[in-house]
Amino acid sequence: MRTEAEWLDNPVITEGLPVALAETLAMTVGSAAITALLGVVVGVLLHNSSPGGIAPRPGLNRVLGGVVNLGRSLPFLILMIAIIPFTRFVAGTTVGWRAMIVPLTIGAVPFFARLVETSLREVSSGKVEAATMMGATRWDVTRKVLLPEALPGIVAGLTTTVIALIGYSAMAGAVGGGGLGATAMSYGYNRFQTDVMIAAVVLLVVVVQLVQVTGDRVARAVDHR
Amino acid sequence: MVDDSSASPALAVRDLTKTFESRSGTVTALDRVSLTVPRGEIHGIVGRSGAGKSTLIRCLTGLERPTSGEVVVAGEDITVLRGDQLRAARRRFGVVYQHANLLDSRTAADNVALPLEIAGWEKARIDARVTELLDLVGLSDRARNHPGQLSGGQQQRVGIARALAADPEILLCDEPTSALDAATTGSILGLLRELRDRLGITVVIITHEPSVVREVCDAVTLLGDGAVIEQGRLGALISDPSNRLHRELIPLVEPAADGLTRLQVALGHPDATVGTIDGILALLRREGIESDVAAATVETIAGRRVGRLLVELADPSQVASAHKVLDGANLHPEVAA
Repeated sequence: MRTEAEWLDNPVITEGLPVALAETLAMTVGSAAITALLGVVVGVLLHNSSPGGIAPRPGLNRVLGGVVNLGRSLPFLILMIAIIPFTRFVAGTTVGWRAMIVPLTIGAVPFFARLVETSLREVSSGKVEAATMMGATRWDVTRKVLLPEALPGIVAGLTTTVIALIGYSAMAGAVGGGGLGATAMSYGYNRFQTDVMIAAVVLLVVVVQLVQVTGDRVARAVDHR
Repeated sequence: MVDDSSASPALAVRDLTKTFESRSGTVTALDRVSLTVPRGEIHGIVGRSGAGKSTLIRCLTGLERPTSGEVVVAGEDITVLRGDQLRAARRRFGVVYQHANLLDSRTAADNVALPLEIAGWEKARIDARVTELLDLVGLSDRARNHPGQLSGGQQQRVGIARALAADPEILLCDEPTSALDAATTGSILGLLRELRDRLGITVVIITHEPSVVREVCDAVTLLGDGAVIEQGRLGALISDPSNRLHRELIPLVEPAADGLTRLQVALGHPDATVGTIDGILALLRREGIESDVAAATVETIAGRRVGRLLVELADPSQVASAHKVLDGANLHPEVAA
């Protein structure tokens, strides 16, 4: 164990951690952005094709629901390893934070899509009926009623998803993905540098707190109920 | 009010029937319902819950396809339409809901703009129309408020402005005041009447509240078990004591069951020779029968003074002769024990 003065001298903390933090943030932001887009699309498809939705398609709904459930039932570590060939196909490599965006996104989309679906289901049917009576098409209903009315819930769901992604990204780091997880694993755990471990954990906690506070603020700002 | 029966009616429903298949067999939600609403008329559709009001409104607007029958709006049977044609036909209706159904994500002004956006209007035209409509319902100063910042009555006014936005031919109100208190109900009904008078729009109000019918309707359809029980002009229905609506609309406070003999009479029937409470008591006194009023409801509905009256006799043995006297004056007496 080092003394306090030695903390700032440890090059892993002074030089390695900022890079690791940047990698973690890049992985999270990159996968969150793609997840937000794909998750909303899948969530809308799940909701609209459901028996009570505005475009019931029982077959499509069952297939899509099955795929989403499959994605959600696999532990992230196993999913990450299982799709290594796909990751190599998309990213050209399987190591580094860029490559990790692929499994992170695939792991998070089903999760977020379900949260989007739940938010959409909470939009009262009366509002949808009112728009339908104005002669709205299904696209109008989705764009002008369902998504805006569900926005506070979707934002809250995205916050939860981003925080889960930060957790996954640390796990990805442990198997070659870089970021805070990799630093904590290789220096903090394997080389017994407890200070590195503590610093990495503190950074993760701070990042998660910031995401939650920001997410709550945005959700409140878009909620006019 | 326009009552031009030679012009085609705004809405004509013919033999509308809707059945549902359930495990216990076929349920008939609507049974050959017919009604005609001339342009500029306020037509009330009343009935208890389960009478078929909700199914009727869903069939009228094409949200539900009837098993048989026609819904003719401006000469077009909408029950056979699909897709774009159905969407276009729906714009002939402006619908006002019990719980307004405004979008929380939009301001009052943007809620009113929604049907116009859907109809593909240009931004500048929408803005002008929205300003005009909010002014019409008296909410110009609330344009930028979200529904959550408005009272129930104000939300319903926004709902009415939204329903009127795309110039519908028929304003369809589904229990528009059932979630509102008495004073707000009065102001919303006043607004509906004013809109009819100013815009000449046809209004169909679906309600379970007798007060709504009393205050604004020109004509009424009473539904029960999916079928039409009574139908006609309010003035004619209300003064006929044999009519079911008469009793629904002019409720009489029932005195305690104390065994006293009382006679119930109807006020306002066109054939009656006496039209006032004083007149009825005087008529009895002239025949040597002393009596007093035990309970009475008198209202002016559709411009006619109508009511029900419970007369208590000083000498119960005179019931038969009192009945005869009142009957002679066409007051439709009934013995109420």
